[in-house]
Amino acid sequence: MIAQRALIDPFARFFGYTGGLAIMLFDALRYAFTLQFRPTEVLRQAYFLGVQSWPIIVLTSLFTGMVISLEAAVTAVQNGFTEYVGSSVAFGTFRELGPMLTGIVFAGRAGAAVTASLGSMTVTEQIEAFESMGVSPVKVLVTPRLLACLITMPLLTVFADIVGILGGYFMAHLEAQIPQYTYFHSIQAGTVPSDFTNGLLKAAVFGGIVAIVACYEGFRARGGAEGVGRVTTHAVVTSIILIFAFNFAMSYVLFR
Amino acid sequence: MISERHAEELAGPPDPKSGVIIRLDRVTMKYDEKIVLSDCSVDCKRGEVTGIIGLSGAGKSTILRVINGLRRPSSGAVYVNGNNITGWDERQLIEMRKRMGFAFQYSALFDSLTIAENVAYPLYEHTTMTKTQIDKRVTETLESLGLSGVEDRLPGELSGGMQKRAGFARAIVNDPDIILFDEPTSGLDPIMTHIIVTTIKEIQSRLKATSVVVSHDLQSIYALSDSVAMLFEGTIIETGTVAQIRRSPNPIVQQFLQGSELGPIPF
Repeated sequence: MIAQRALIDPFARFFGYTGGLAIMLFDALRYAFTLQFRPTEVLRQAYFLGVQSWPIIVLTSLFTGMVISLEAAVTAVQNGFTEYVGSSVAFGTFRELGPMLTGIVFAGRAGAAVTASLGSMTVTEQIEAFESMGVSPVKVLVTPRLLACLITMPLLTVFADIVGILGGYFMAHLEAQIPQYTYFHSIQAGTVPSDFTNGLLKAAVFGGIVAIVACYEGFRARGGAEGVGRVTTHAVVTSIILIFAFNFAMSYVLFR
Repeated sequence: MISERHAEELAGPPDPKSGVIIRLDRVTMKYDEKIVLSDCSVDCKRGEVTGIIGLSGAGKSTILRVINGLRRPSSGAVYVNGNNITGWDERQLIEMRKRMGFAFQYSALFDSLTIAENVAYPLYEHTTMTKTQIDKRVTETLESLGLSGVEDRLPGELSGGMQKRAGFARAIVNDPDIILFDEPTSGLDPIMTHIIVTTIKEIQSRLKATSVVVSHDLQSIYALSDSVAMLFEGTIIETGTVAQIRRSPNPIVQQFLQGSELGPIPF
């Protein structure tokens, strides 16, 4: 009996959790498509979650672009294929690093903030207060945050892509004296628009993952400050794992 | 008046002529393996205040959540206005909750909104009133609870007693038929407790609502309640008027009322 429970419980928990995420996503999208949300709240959340995450995402992308370029430029100079440095930086940034890094940083900054905020509301009975007055907390709290994340993640990724490529050019020019024309012509020749647009599609999906996981975990908070801390950690870890998993699945589907 | 006999008497929906607006009929409520309410039955009559007393952790707050539909019982039935709400979907529950006010133990005011925005929330969500009408109603409601001039302040800027009254204001702003008060005097000094009790009495006399007050503050319950039910280990073990409860021969009730360590209640 104990062995049977030990075998079944993890599956029950897994399907309970993923089912909960799916129901919340469905509910939030239903309110979004039926326009049952306040646009001003979406803008407020977009500012808080997106605009305020901008500096950290720009910095992360800048250094990542620079380090890829540094490695690529040194090898390129040694082997005589400097005309490929720009395309290698852009290819990796558009398809993988731009959306992935933005998603991970976004999960750590915006996702944690959402979970902490909703978790605090849960343990102080504010979520129940919405329900008790006949107002869906998904409608007023989840839908605006989901829409804000779906809008801001691709925009942040555009910034991350641009800054990463410019950082790459800076290092390529500094370390390998690669001319501006060679670097940017290499990008034009070595990438196609779908590399960029599919990267943005990935970013939107990652934004949705961060929003739904963060809200779901926030609603699960129990037992005061310690409980809020626990669900916040769990939200960030779960979001990052899901971003990695979905990134692989989407790369497999979109870039083959 | 043990619970089993009480439950048998109450089985089924209340007679419309009886004036019973809320009925918990042999309700059992479990969280995972833990039984919070067990075969719990209680009636609340129209226009009356029903006080529910009991030890901390006895399941008092759960009763309010079951009445509001925030928790679904594991078994038994909950009747509100003659309707068994246990099988209702969320849409039906939302309609019911529009006519029900809930004053939470820790006020549960939305901390990112001002007091006026908090109080106005149910009106914006559920009525077609204009902003001017809503502002007027909010101001009147806050004034009636002695909270003039706090409209633009955030909940964190108010004292505990003022937060409680702001929570009451939000609960009553749309003139509900049923008001649920969860530990309205907990954590307050005696003067503020007196003010809160007086406030609830004023609300009751003005709105003529059916109220359920959950508390372990006996003096407040004596002052407020038309009838009292004592909850012990998830079961209603005694019901009656304040005088009947005080004269109860039940040793558990007597130990609780006297605050004595000696008796059948284990510590």
